[in-house]
This record gives sequence, structure tokens and C-alpha cells, in this order.
Amino acid sequence: MKRMVGIFVCAMFLLCGGGFALAADPEPIVIGFNLEMTGQVAAYGQAGWEGANLIKEIVKPEVLGRPVVFRLLDNKSDRVEAANAAARLIEHDKAVAIIGTTISGNMLAAGEVCEKNKVPIIGPTTTNPLTTQGKKYVFRACFIDPFQARIAATYCYRDLGAKTAAILSDISNDYCVALGKFFQEQFEALGGKVVSVTYCKAGDQDYSAQLTEIKSKNPDVIYIPNYYTEAALAIRQARDLGITQPVFGADGIATEEFLAIGGPAVEGVQHTTFWHEKAAVTEIGKKYVELYKQKFGQDKEVNVFGALTADCYLIVMDAIRRAGSADPTAVAQAIEDTENLEVVTGPVTIENGDAIKPVVFRVVKNGRWEYSSIVYP
Amino acid sequence: MNLEALIQQLMNGLSLGSLYALIAIGYTMVYGILRLINFAHGDIFMVGAYCAFFFVAIFRLPWFLSALLAIGLTALVGMSVERIAYRPVRNAPRISALITALGVSFFIENLGLVTVGARPKAFARPEIMAKVVKIGPAAVSAVSIWVPILSVLLLLALMYVIYRTKAGMAMRAVSTDIETTRLMGADVDRIIALTFALGSALAAAGGIMWACKYPQINPLMGIYPGWKAFTAAVVGGIGNITGAMLGGLLIGMVEIMTVAFFPGLSGYRDGIIFTLLLVFLLVKPTGILGESLKEKV
Repeated sequence: MKRMVGIFVCAMFLLCGGGFALAADPEPIVIGFNLEMTGQVAAYGQAGWEGANLIKEIVKPEVLGRPVVFRLLDNKSDRVEAANAAARLIEHDKAVAIIGTTISGNMLAAGEVCEKNKVPIIGPTTTNPLTTQGKKYVFRACFIDPFQARIAATYCYRDLGAKTAAILSDISNDYCVALGKFFQEQFEALGGKVVSVTYCKAGDQDYSAQLTEIKSKNPDVIYIPNYYTEAALAIRQARDLGITQPVFGADGIATEEFLAIGGPAVEGVQHTTFWHEKAAVTEIGKKYVELYKQKFGQDKEVNVFGALTADCYLIVMDAIRRAGSADPTAVAQAIEDTENLEVVTGPVTIENGDAIKPVVFRVVKNGRWEYSSIVYP
Repeated sequence: MNLEALIQQLMNGLSLGSLYALIAIGYTMVYGILRLINFAHGDIFMVGAYCAFFFVAIFRLPWFLSALLAIGLTALVGMSVERIAYRPVRNAPRISALITALGVSFFIENLGLVTVGARPKAFARPEIMAKVVKIGPAAVSAVSIWVPILSVLLLLALMYVIYRTKAGMAMRAVSTDIETTRLMGADVDRIIALTFALGSALAAAGGIMWACKYPQINPLMGIYPGWKAFTAAVVGGIGNITGAMLGGLLIGMVEIMTVAFFPGLSGYRDGIIFTLLLVFLLVKPTGILGESLKEKV
């Protein structure tokens, strides 16, 4: 399978990259993309790539008088592949900076490679705090999980009035397990009680056993901080089992697939996420929404993962400009110095590798994500 | 755990187990007749689900017709796989056939990724499958009732074909000795093609039922069910159709009961199943109902 995809990717390289070699223009600057184009969270990577190509039409890929080219590698939603893709983008493509991965587990692997090679990598949606901890070359364009889970737990306890909660998290993903833990800490600190903690695994399709266990504990709210397919299937089965309690999710479910697979069962599900098109405050954000609708249909909702990947592009472009050179170390320093930069999802400031951004609450209504509120840090 | 939860968990185990059984029957049948572990079985299963999906979504055919057509089409796919990939290595050492099967499996998965895309699709299921049925205190979706019934019916039909028809007699002959069967005047190529057609049709039926129960399909959806069905086939005694049924039910039950009694271990349910596979391979490689394997001369 690896070889097949390898050949496919190589073929794509030849098709996309072949033209540039002939041009006599100044040497292009390469931005690498290390995205989940296939596998468990293919929807994130594909939406991200969509976003990157869309923003390129608004902010032209040119900086310091040199053209900017994208190199995309698929990491198949797999840690080892993510590390390999990072190494290849650095060694073979001489990427100045890498955008991706979209999930934290992959970033833990790819970030290690980038740190060692001193090339900056910025994850659009890698929320796990460990990804940037102690690293100088690893960044993120989003908030971190303790913040997201704390706000979710507080909301469940105070606003929903839940006194007991159950957590079902995906044990094979650092992101999901950590979110569950942060939620539990905050919920219990507030005086609530977590009555059931169960796990599933990436790719699982049957949750009946875990859900029956949860049902027998009769919690007031169920927190499912998993990725979209797993979460949608679990919620669907929960409703089939007669579990009627409110379900709360995290940023990982913000895809169309969640709504399509979940169907009527996910009506009323709430979650914390990065952004919603109604929360577009910046000039560039509004332009992005407009172009998105023009391209994919007025009715289509602007994908969050695409928007965050577009943010990464803007952050990297701005950093190269301020650094005044395409030296990866200088670019990394410039990314760290990002302050109040207007990007698609709002003004962004980066501190210790982490973006300071608000949390948005959304709820599923009539098969669509509806914006409900925003909480600033 | 209270009684109500226990009954629900038993139902859960039964419903998951009978799905595994349905997939394992086809797995074990191909093995029983050809001594080939068809690792592509899980991917044929995926092809079946996708065919049904496309018949419904694109050609707007009624659901049951789509399911039937999908089963037929998948049987053709299975026959082509045999013709293109397995027939050329039929007389090669068994390890070549095994590696070919792995190759076919990766090929189908990646072909799926390239042609239909990696993002999962929602599978539309008819009301008769989707509605929730109450059995005492337990609630299950209707598909969980249909699956065991379908599994048993298919098991009986398969037994009939193998033990009561001429083609079945030829299949059993092929399983003992291909060359002698040929000398007896049976068209061996046709019999093997028929075996694959039946096996693939069973896989497709399994895939469609799986997609009804877990209404999401993606090109890699067959991997885990395929492994679990393989485990079920080995535990039940590979090559033995009734054994596959038993193995499937056992695997499903073990999986669910692990979570039911040790919720803290719920993340390890697959690990426990594959440990069970290892234990069986070490202690009783012939499985519950299997006979000891005779090397073919």
C-alpha cells in the first residue's frame, strides 16, 4: 500500500512540479504540506488543502520577490507516515516551512523531525498541548485542549446543569484521551462527578458495549471528544439504545461527514470549535467566506479546517516577509513573533508556539452547524 | 452491572457476533476448498457495500434491488480477482498465493482510495433495517435481528450447495485433490470460479449488512472486519463453515463482554481478540471444530 501511494504521490509531483523547473524566474520558496489526505481523518486534510488553495487566490503566493510553491504529501492519518513526510519535505523538497499536520498525534511525530532539522512546522488544528511544549520550531494556529475542555466542562456544569457526566474517548489518539482527562479534571473541580470513563479505538464501528455501560450509569451529559466518524457512529448508536441525554463534542467533529453519518441522531449535539463563518471579523476572513461560497455553493458551510489551514499560510507568508529571508530558522523566529496578524479566523498572536484564540460554541440544528456563542481567553 | 444492562450486552454481543459470523463463513469456505487464505475477503466486503451505495445513490434503484445487484456484481469482481490474480499462482508454493492475496487486498484498498476518495460516505439504510426494536429491556436496531437470521439462512443454503448439489460435490473434490478432480472430467477452473463467486457474494452480503448497522462506508472499512472474521474462522476451525459461525459468535461475545465487565479495558477490546487468536494458534491451531490439516501430496 505504501509503495502504491508513493508512486501515486511521485506521479503527482511530476505533474505539478515539472513545469517550474523550466522557468528562469528566481528560485521558488517551497512551503510543504503534511496533511491527512487519506485514512481516519481524511476530511481534515482534504478540507485543509482546499483552504490553502483558496487563500492562495486572495493572497498571491509571492514573497520577497520570489514565487511560493506548495508541495503536498499525504501522511495517511498515520504517525510514522507523518514523520516520514516531514523528513521528505525537508530533505528532498527543501521546504522553508511546513503546514500540517491537522491532528495532534501526527504532529507529535512530525514535530520531532522538524525540531531536529530546525525547520518550522505549524499545525492548523493540533490542539494537544504537548505538540509545542519545549519545542522552538513547532507551532499551532489554534487554541489548546485544556482551554477547550475546561470551557466545555464549565458549560456542561453551569449552563446545562449537569451534575454527572460520562466520557467516551478514542484511546488511540493523544488528542481524544487528553481532552477526556482535561474535561474530567475541570468537571470534578467544579463539583460534578464523572460516573463512567470508557474508551474506543480509531476505526471502531461498534460502540454498543461502551454505550450500554454508560446508559446503566445514567449520566446527565455525555462527553465524546473523538474524531468525526467515530463520534457520529457512537452518537447514532447511543440514540438507538435509547440514550437521550445531551452529547457534547470537541473540535474534531466539525465536518460534513459528522452530519451526514450522524443524520437525525446528532441533532442538538453541541461542541467547542475554532470558528464559524458568522464569527468572521477580519477583512480577509470575509473575503475568504465570499470566495468559498462562490466556489463551492452559497449553501455550503465554510469548513473550519480549511479556514485554519488558510491561517497557517497567512502566518507563514507574513513571517517570511518579516524575516526578510527564506532561512527556516529566521522564519521560525518570525512566526513566534507574530502579533495581531489579521488572518481568516480573526486577529492572531502567537506565544510560545501557541495561537491565542477564542473558543466558539456550535450546535447541530436541522442538519447544519449553527453558531451559538464565543468565549474569549 | 444490573440485569437490564446484562441483557442489553448479551444482545449486543449476539448482534456483533452474527455479523462476524456472516463474514467468516465466506472466508472459511474459500479456505476449505482451495486452502487459500483470501486476505482480500475484507476488501471484497467493502466493494459489496460500495456497490450497494452507488446503486442507491446514483442509479436511484430501490434498496433491495440494489443490494441484490451489488451482491451479483461483487461475485463477478471476486471471479475476476481469481482469474487475474490467483489462477496464475495456483500451482506455485502456498506462500506465493498468500502474498498474492495480500497484494490484491492492498490493491483494492488503494484503488478505492483513488477512485471513490478517502472521506467516509453515509450509507442510506431502509426503514426496515434502521428502526429500533425493543426486546424486553434491551433495544437493538432491526438490522441486528436480520443479521443472525440471514447468517443462518445463508449457512444452510451453503451447506445445501456443498453437500447436496453436483457443483458442491465437485468443490469438495477440488478441496481434496485438484488433479484427480480434473481427471474425473470436472471443469476445475469453473468450480474454483464458482467458489470465489459464492465467497464474494457472501462477503458482499456481509458488507451490506455491516453498512446497515454502522451506516458509514470508506475504502478501508473492510480491514478490521476482515481481520476479525479471519480470527473467527481460525477460532472456529478454519475450513469449517459451522465453525466459522460459532467462532464469529464467540468473538463478538468476548469483545462485548470484555467491555461490559471491565469498562476500563474497553480500549483494548481488539487487543484481547487478537490475543485470543494467538492463543488458539499456539494451543489448538485447528480451532473448535476443525479437523487436523492433512498435507496435500
